[in-house]
Amino acid sequence: MENLLEIKNLHATIDGKEILKGINLTVKAGEVHAIMGPNGSGKSTLSNVLVGHPAYTVTEGEVIYKGKNLLELAPEDRSHEGLFLSFQYPVEIPGVSITNFMRAAVNAKRQYLGLEPMNATEFLKMMREKRALVNLDSKLANRSVNEGFSGGEKKRNEIFQMAVLEPTLSILDETDSGLDIDALRIVAEGVNKLKREDTSSIVITHYQRLLDYIKPDIVHVLYNGKIVKTAGPELVMELEERGYDWIKNEN
Amino acid sequence: MGNEKEYIAIFDSHRELIDKPCARLLNTERAKALEIFKSSGFPGPKEENWLHTNVAKRFATDYGMNLGRVMAETGSHDIFICDVPNLNTHKAYIVNDSFRAADNKGKSLPQGVILDSLNEIAKKNPTLLEPYYNRLAGDGDSIAQFNTTFTQDGIVLYIPKNTTVEETIQIVALLQSNVEMMSNRRLLIILEENSKASLLLCDHSSLQKQTLSTQVTEIFIGRGASLDMYEVEETALTNTRLGHIFVHQDRDSRFKHSNITLTNGFTRNYVEVRLEGEGAETSINGLAIGDKKQHIDNRTIVDHKVSHCTSNELYKYILDEESTGVFAGRMLIRPGAQHSVSEQTNRNLCLTSCAHMYAQPQLEIYADDVKCSHGSTVGQLDENALFYMQQRGVPADEARHLLMYAFAGEVIEHIGIEALRDRLHMLVEKRFRGELNRCKGCNLCK
Repeated sequence: MENLLEIKNLHATIDGKEILKGINLTVKAGEVHAIMGPNGSGKSTLSNVLVGHPAYTVTEGEVIYKGKNLLELAPEDRSHEGLFLSFQYPVEIPGVSITNFMRAAVNAKRQYLGLEPMNATEFLKMMREKRALVNLDSKLANRSVNEGFSGGEKKRNEIFQMAVLEPTLSILDETDSGLDIDALRIVAEGVNKLKREDTSSIVITHYQRLLDYIKPDIVHVLYNGKIVKTAGPELVMELEERGYDWIKNEN
Repeated sequence: MGNEKEYIAIFDSHRELIDKPCARLLNTERAKALEIFKSSGFPGPKEENWLHTNVAKRFATDYGMNLGRVMAETGSHDIFICDVPNLNTHKAYIVNDSFRAADNKGKSLPQGVILDSLNEIAKKNPTLLEPYYNRLAGDGDSIAQFNTTFTQDGIVLYIPKNTTVEETIQIVALLQSNVEMMSNRRLLIILEENSKASLLLCDHSSLQKQTLSTQVTEIFIGRGASLDMYEVEETALTNTRLGHIFVHQDRDSRFKHSNITLTNGFTRNYVEVRLEGEGAETSINGLAIGDKKQHIDNRTIVDHKVSHCTSNELYKYILDEESTGVFAGRMLIRPGAQHSVSEQTNRNLCLTSCAHMYAQPQLEIYADDVKCSHGSTVGQLDENALFYMQQRGVPADEARHLLMYAFAGEVIEHIGIEALRDRLHMLVEKRFRGELNRCKGCNLCK
């Protein structure tokens, strides 16, 4: 299988403090990777660096995505190239409706790909289909992005946007946090429905429960800015039983 | 005292010229205003109400004043078609300070309604206007007195009792001149009891020369009457606009005002609403968009004189580059004005470190059974929201526009005419994109 993403010796800082201390990770087309690890190990930093958050500085290493130097691309171009981050804390945007937001996003991507903007009828039809996929209430779609949404609605809205944008590589950053068991199932089912043979995901989580629904091919443990363990899905159970201390002690 | 002496000298040497074409009513009030202006002069930069708006300096330019009533080229104002798509209006023009009738294609206003030259009506029917003219502005600041001193014409809109004007009345105010010019306009709006109207005022100037216009609007809203009034300012960096609106509201009357500053040079808008009858409701809103070195000052006073009145106020500023915004909102609840409900919100965005906003909410409450609130914020665009949008593929500039547009949208939503709302949404979006180019007329009709 082809390498979709290659992270080599990635170091990154925020406010001068080094958080990522040499990450190596390869994701092939079609794979689902899980990244687990204790609080403060650098999981969210890794996802933010990959999508180009301006608060982080890459000090060393490289990231090759679809054969391109990812770190040279603007955040919006990374998105156009099929990179999607489901945020741990989705941002509220008062006054901007989800429909208008997605129209701007879809048409920007189409422009990047050299396509004409989508016409209104086509766009609304597509929105309806994607809404159905994640059971997103049509009333929510006319409201401002995430404004006054419950935790579950925010996460569902993230997966809805993922459905609209059809990413090649999606990063789910603690998508399970703040969700009750029903919401978790709906969100996970949405992710599974969107899975295609050529698309990959990186699922960041603390717990086993999300991985009961989204089955990973490869599981990594991130600790102190480095990937310290990589194994198959059986590692999830082991972590659930033994916690992280044994890994901390080994490192 | 500074350059006010020069204006007093101009007045003294041209008094006959000024008085001659004008109705006695205008001239009588002119004499009173002159005395007040002589003793006060222009406001100094240290006066509390003018701390951030140095107005005296604006009068330093050697402006031409058309005191001899030489008509500007007639007919040329017609190129300002000023049509809002899907909105039929009944139109009139003010060119500099002169009333010009518009071709309303045979349509007429309801019987008894007057939309005409203030000076002509003051001559023909002085008893109609005497109870109103300068009754509110007479207590106004020295710029209002200056206007009364020099004004020679403007517009009167009179709506008799129990009359509803269905069609929006649109007044297009223009400046036309080949030289630096000052114009002192006057508007008098009278709604008798249980009458109803909506009014759109478009203020335009695209002259390259320095211009200054003072504009005093006095509005009387009778018992149970209702007025919606929308003002759009689309002028040039060379323009100084000093506007005053004085409103008198009787029992159970309604007033709604939105002021949209799309493009301007130096603007001061003063709005004073006097709630004189129980059950009166007022809503005053403003949106100011500034860049370059634009200066936009909105000062409001809502005076709750009696009980059971309601007032709402929302002003928003978006300041880019080196622009300056000033907002002072005074809410006055007089002794005995129990059960007053009053809410004031002022939100401001400074997009650069060189943009300045001076915000000053002022509450004075002398009654103990009232519901009053106010809030004021100054901030920047939400960086987290910008990044979130970029992650979804929206380019940084586009994301900024979407956020600015959303911020402005709240004020536009207060406008009661759907076609105008749609138009303004589009114009504001274009303004942010820097695409607001002029047609032959104004941008409302493009």
